[in-house]
Amino acid sequence: MILDLESFITRERPFWDELEALLKRGSLVTRGDSEESLTRIRRFHYLYKRSAADLAKLQTFASEPELRQYLEDLIAQAYTRLHGNAETSGKLRPLHWFFHVYPRAFRRHAAAFWLSFWISIAGALFGAFVISQDTDNKLRLLPGQFGHLIQSPTERVKAEEANAFSPEQKEHRAQFSAQLMNNNIRVAINAMAFGILFGIFTVVLLFYNGIVLGLVGYEYIADGQSEFLAAWLLPHGVPELTAIFMGGQCGLILARAVIGWGTNLTMRDRFRAIRDDLVVLVIGFCVLLVWAGIIESYLSQTHEPAIPYSLKIAFGLVELVVMVAYLYMSGRGDETPDEEDQSLAINNGRAASTTPRYS
Amino acid sequence: MALGRTTTLDIRTPDGITFSMPLAGPITRFFAWVIDFLIFIAVSRAIGLLAVFGSIVSTDLAFAVQLLLDLVIGVGYSMFLEWIWNGQTVGKRVMKLRVVDEGGRGLSGGQVVVRNLLRAIDMLPLFYGVGGMFHVLTARCQRLGDLAAGTIVVRRIDVGSPDVDELLAGKFNSFRDHPVIEARLRQRVSPEEAKICLSALLRRNELEPDTRLDVYRRLADHFRSLVEFPESATFGLTDEQYLRNTAESLFRKRPTGKLAKRKAMPEAVASAEA
Repeated sequence: MILDLESFITRERPFWDELEALLKRGSLVTRGDSEESLTRIRRFHYLYKRSAADLAKLQTFASEPELRQYLEDLIAQAYTRLHGNAETSGKLRPLHWFFHVYPRAFRRHAAAFWLSFWISIAGALFGAFVISQDTDNKLRLLPGQFGHLIQSPTERVKAEEANAFSPEQKEHRAQFSAQLMNNNIRVAINAMAFGILFGIFTVVLLFYNGIVLGLVGYEYIADGQSEFLAAWLLPHGVPELTAIFMGGQCGLILARAVIGWGTNLTMRDRFRAIRDDLVVLVIGFCVLLVWAGIIESYLSQTHEPAIPYSLKIAFGLVELVVMVAYLYMSGRGDETPDEEDQSLAINNGRAASTTPRYS
Repeated sequence: MALGRTTTLDIRTPDGITFSMPLAGPITRFFAWVIDFLIFIAVSRAIGLLAVFGSIVSTDLAFAVQLLLDLVIGVGYSMFLEWIWNGQTVGKRVMKLRVVDEGGRGLSGGQVVVRNLLRAIDMLPLFYGVGGMFHVLTARCQRLGDLAAGTIVVRRIDVGSPDVDELLAGKFNSFRDHPVIEARLRQRVSPEEAKICLSALLRRNELEPDTRLDVYRRLADHFRSLVEFPESATFGLTDEQYLRNTAESLFRKRPTGKLAKRKAMPEAVASAEA
């Protein structure tokens, strides 16, 4: 009980000011000085506890509603800062992330990736079937951005090979590359985000993407341009299509969390269980799409006689082997029991726990 | 409206402290987004101008960099600021909003990324149509991104102080002559009772005369039963005046000593220190 509000405010006010000043700091941690950081965190914790106790005293006090509101706001901010959701090591470890975290996250959800792959293949087969029935279907189904594919494959191959050394070929490569990255990253993010609507639009997007691939692929093969097709698509197609399938994989993971199939967790816990893996996979497919954009602009669009098709095909195949080896072999065998535990959380019906964070 | 819809996030800490965070409404959130959007447009234009200058060196490279920066800022603006500013962007700062975890805790990197990536769906078909619909339908005013990330948006309230001088209508508060009893009154009256007293006085003209007399009599009797002022202080006071004195005693700002930063403290405390 507060007997004298005036002296109570006078006495406690410096502590509230100090807490507020610490809250205004970007971070409580000073890099390279763990002792100072620890002292500051301890002080922050003490001030939070003290101010919370002040609030508890004031909550039974009728007057000063503004002061209560002020303290509630202060405590809410301090509570938010003190009880974080992330374990921050304070150190970026990109190599560890690349060789361990990412491939493991991929493998944990490999089934969703393969489902995404097979939906696209089904779309490709459908596209091939549709164009085999009527070549005019290409005009109906190809989006505007593929206008350069309207001409027949043989005509295009001739034109491309005739201009292989043309300076125009090299004119806007960087811009084209950036456009590809921009467009593909947005498509992959949409494939992921649409998962929240039960995955329906993710499936539609993957299927339609497959249709376009099937239309183009069938036409080039039927026209006897298989070698050109492989040399054109393989170098950038390996990372690009893998990334798009990963976008679909994320969408399907999200859709499963929405639907709750195969788990007895609440929706909130299902989301919590997949959240970190989603972020890892999204960063991963963005990196792949940057790589694909560079390759498509600088290698895929360069044709014989400038670069032999066999070399481009070999490059694409090497990429494929490295990609499969990386995704399935990297970081294998050194999963900690904790990680296994977390990865299985959603399947076993419980969510990974959260830990306090000091930032 | 969803069943069990709430306008505040009530938190009870392990220490037994309770406090609440008011949830942000769709209009303030929309304005925060508009501010952020305008900043994005401004930055994007600035990058466009720089690209024009950069094209002196290489047109191809300059516009490639412009495209990539547009993508990075478009996708990463909110993510970056919400991460380094603990759940705030420029727009949210201006509108006094903050993104927090559903439990009132700070955000993890995963939460920041997921809620912002799903913005692509929330924005459909125009002006956050999908997000706005879910905001209205969900119990905690969450758009789809918030649902997936387990986040909510809370706001800070600037508490306006009631004009207690007006309550007295120019008359002297006879309770002021008895500061010890006044202090006892403030301790014994609960926040809810104080609020009822103030509300009854502020809504004076909305009440029918008979109802007003009855309500004021019952309230005054209640406050009389909590503390007893000497007769010299209550002589000749009507029930209404008794309530006005009580409200003034409860809500009056009291000086506490040295002058301090007004900006950092609510009006009540800052002016009390003046």
